[in-house]
Amino acid sequence: MIRLKCHAGVGGRVEGEALVANDNFSARYDLDRIKGVFSRPDHRLAGQSYVGRILVLNTAKGGVASAWMLHEMKTRGLAPAAILFNRANTILAQGAALAQLPMCDRFEDGDVTTLIRTGDRLIVDPREGVVTILDRADPVG
Amino acid sequence: MRLTDEEQAMLAGEMGEARRWAIDHQVQVGRMFDAVDLVPVSQAHMMGDPEAVGVAGAEFLEGLADQGARVAIPMITDPRGVDLRRYEVMGQTEEMAGVERRIIAALTRMGVMMTDTCINYQTVMPPVRGEHVAYGDTGVVIYSNSICGARSNFEGGPSALAAGLTGRTPRYGLHLDENRRATRRFRVSEQPKGLTDWGILGAVVGQAAGSYWEVPLIEGLEVCPTSDQAKHLGAAMASFGSTPLFHLLGITPEAQRLADAGAEALPIEPVTPEAMQAMRSRFGAPGDKVDVVVFAAPQLSIVEMQRVAELCEGKKVSVPLIVCTAPQVYPDAQRMGFVDTIEQAGGRILVGTCFYNGYAREVGVANGWKRLLSNSAKIVNILGGYGYTPALASMEACVAAAVAGEIVQ
Repeated sequence: MIRLKCHAGVGGRVEGEALVANDNFSARYDLDRIKGVFSRPDHRLAGQSYVGRILVLNTAKGGVASAWMLHEMKTRGLAPAAILFNRANTILAQGAALAQLPMCDRFEDGDVTTLIRTGDRLIVDPREGVVTILDRADPVG
Repeated sequence: MRLTDEEQAMLAGEMGEARRWAIDHQVQVGRMFDAVDLVPVSQAHMMGDPEAVGVAGAEFLEGLADQGARVAIPMITDPRGVDLRRYEVMGQTEEMAGVERRIIAALTRMGVMMTDTCINYQTVMPPVRGEHVAYGDTGVVIYSNSICGARSNFEGGPSALAAGLTGRTPRYGLHLDENRRATRRFRVSEQPKGLTDWGILGAVVGQAAGSYWEVPLIEGLEVCPTSDQAKHLGAAMASFGSTPLFHLLGITPEAQRLADAGAEALPIEPVTPEAMQAMRSRFGAPGDKVDVVVFAAPQLSIVEMQRVAELCEGKKVSVPLIVCTAPQVYPDAQRMGFVDTIEQAGGRILVGTCFYNGYAREVGVANGWKRLLSNSAKIVNILGGYGYTPALASMEACVAAAVAGEIVQ
């Protein structure tokens, strides 16, 4: 078990599997929210499903629409389980607060997109500002 | 967070459930960004088109209105997603219009003014230097911060609404002096010409800056942008970089001198003609077929409406030409004959909407539109993720392409 300390975030405690990329995030620009996949062709997670995964990405970008979209996606059951960033932006934090979707950022040990690997089993605790890696996935390539 | 007695009363629900929700939301967001307190704001501007809000969001807004929510400060809105006068011709459905009607009804009950514009700094009430506001729409925020010297974070719809209900916003980010100083210093060697060029400069700098927490300063400009050019510069920069503030040395109010923006010691990063050209050539080439031409993102000012009308004079488009403008601009454009001229050429004018936030994916599929041409770097950036193959050209080249059906210059 590895314990990663981060800034306190929003939302409740959640367990899930990580989907990681050293790329950024916008619900409006990057996602096909009907199918529940990353749709922007040049996104590193293009084609992959985000539903129920704990997304681990660099930062949030793009428009203000994402603030509504997390709530809307969650109501339809097609949302990520949580989102971790190196640095969140205001919009995603606001959207997470409305949706009560767990979100944390600013990890003490460095770049979260390298600290966590796709397939890692995680517990995210935004109130405490702690992410625990329960099971490590095998390193890829 | 430090809360006043009044704010604590709000949080305790003594001023109604809607205000309790609003301030609770603000405290959660404020904590994440280490805000020490809330700052009074004079205006709120809310983004809330039906595609983003969804049925879930409409129900949420109706719930607040049912609880007696009423805004505490002047609150206005960003473009709608559906122009209720002409959504069928766009391929938008009755269901989409239905969600739009529900959102409008709920917001109106709360006392929100449905201005439906992303150029409120041109058409409603530009903020004043140092004024704390809670604006939605990245283009509105970056313009208001940078050109006007006002203070706003990107407030998503729910947060802008919370600010409207409490008359405050958490004091973090761009409400604080230390986050308004330049962090990157760019020097141009090629002077931008025309709206699209300013948009390209915004795109290049935004992409290089690449974060909400970076503040680019641009120097080397020998020309001062017009309001419309600054609008395209900011909209593109915010779209490509998520950046909410820029400084133009010697032009914008917080960077009359390098020292004002704390930029003296920053290394100079050149914006080369090659970088500008690379951004241009990412999108479209002469001879490429075009399915639809769009002027939007941001909505057109009266000056842009006049120019589009001049270019359309005596022409006939062979592919759809869509022009999005603000409800405040449209009556003037009608009175001055610009609307007639554009419509006689076959153009369609949408009022109070913006193309990309009106179910652009579904609209593209319904109309068979894929190859989209625009003079807006912002819309070209967005629609790549919406199933379009977008291309960028000047306003003049866009109208010429609408007539020819392909990119001609």
